[in-house]
Amino acid sequence: MAIAHDIAMKQKDSQEESSAPIVAVKELRKSYGSRRVLNGISLRVTRGETLAVLGRSGTGKSVLLRLIIGLETPDSGSVCIYGQDIAGLALDRLGEIRKKMGFLFQQAALYDSLTVAENVAFPLEHHRRDLSGSERGERVKQLLAEVGMEGDLQKMPSDISGGMRKRVGLARALALEPEILLLDEPTAGLDPISSGEINDLILTLQRERQMASIVVTHDLHSARTIANSLALLDQGSVVIEGKFEDLQQSDIGFVKEFLQKS
Amino acid sequence: MLSVAASVGRMANEFFEWFGNLGIFSWKVLCAALTPPYEGRELIRQLDEVGSKSLPLVALAGAAIGVVISLEARYTLSRFGAKSMFPATLVYSVIQVMGPIMTGLIVSGRVGAGIGAELASMKVTEQIDAIEASAINPYRLLAATRILACILMMPLLTLAADASGLLTGWFAQTLVEPLSFHQFIESGFKGSTFNVFLPPTFKTAVYGLIIGMIACYEGMRTRGGAEGVGRAATNSVVLASLFVILADVVLVKFILVFFP
Repeated sequence: MAIAHDIAMKQKDSQEESSAPIVAVKELRKSYGSRRVLNGISLRVTRGETLAVLGRSGTGKSVLLRLIIGLETPDSGSVCIYGQDIAGLALDRLGEIRKKMGFLFQQAALYDSLTVAENVAFPLEHHRRDLSGSERGERVKQLLAEVGMEGDLQKMPSDISGGMRKRVGLARALALEPEILLLDEPTAGLDPISSGEINDLILTLQRERQMASIVVTHDLHSARTIANSLALLDQGSVVIEGKFEDLQQSDIGFVKEFLQKS
Repeated sequence: MLSVAASVGRMANEFFEWFGNLGIFSWKVLCAALTPPYEGRELIRQLDEVGSKSLPLVALAGAAIGVVISLEARYTLSRFGAKSMFPATLVYSVIQVMGPIMTGLIVSGRVGAGIGAELASMKVTEQIDAIEASAINPYRLLAATRILACILMMPLLTLAADASGLLTGWFAQTLVEPLSFHQFIESGFKGSTFNVFLPPTFKTAVYGLIIGMIACYEGMRTRGGAEGVGRAATNSVVLASLFVILADVVLVKFILVFFP
């Protein structure tokens, strides 16, 4: 009887843990001069969930990701990671939270003076000093193999294509085994085949690692493929949030227009 | 009249804002530099970048300065019948005056532009953001290492410029009027103490601080693509050179007061 009670309690704890938001954004506002970019956005993402943030160019999607990882500070509102508000945290304390996050930049932002392998090794060299050189090398090879770039270890970022750069950026974002993955336009500027490959890669990684992910994109097809839920932004506010079917059934003019023209 | 007043007000505002932001930047760099983890490998790379790679240029400029001072001093001293003062004149001119300031200006140009452009380029391509997103403090990794490298290498580069200047100065003199190097050195340094030569050499560590700090600040606050990178490189050189010259005025007075 007591054992059954323990099991029931553990299952309940486990359910609560998986439904507790890992990333919780509340009433986030951000302006640049007189231009308001985000106007009171609230979102939450749980473990294993992928949220796609959609919207027209310039609606503050990338700014939202930069606020979540603390590269910019909001005018008001809060960003909580594992329940900890990151506003006002010292850089080193914020660093501890960032170690749990992986960020793929829109242009990949690879270090142009380092090779592909050195780019992926960079976070490991700084945060996994317990690894020997050969262990680190193996880890880098493994990460690059996961993204299909194992044959290009010694190439410089300037010698590879945009799609390959995004793969390397993704491998670098995964280097510290993050629990939260932030992807800024992972398929922007890529041909349909490369986009499909990146989408498949993200899906595989999600299945294997069960991360909480936020994907910023204006590519509806990509969002449908990789995300469990979608949030559509317009003029700095969330117009609608839900599954793709919810968006399809919506009567909101902007939602209809966005779906029609995508 | 009102528009002139508004322009002056705006310029004053930008002036104080620049210094205020530089102060905040310096504080962040100081805090990052004093707390672990220390970026030893990057520091060594920067010591090589600032020191070894500036050495040929600094030595060459020092050599040219040595020849020029030698030619000028011999002519001037001859006019006043004080040719015997030539070695001391050359030694004091090179070590106390020309060596430090010339090294400061050369390094401002080479290293200031290099750091400013490199960091600005990293900034506009989001590489600095990527470093920060990887939970690495960019003030520690990028700024503190470069500034420390400038501080440590400036006195050594100054010594190299001084040595090069003295050697070519003596050589230029010997071509006209033979004088053994031993005699030249003995006569040049006669009656001198370390107090005469050490402060002017070590004051260049302050130049290093100025060059490194301004170049890193200008680089890391860049905005706006290729134009921003160009502006950061130009500002780094111009402002670092200007502040090195201004610092020299203050430091010369300071040395005269405290190391008479």
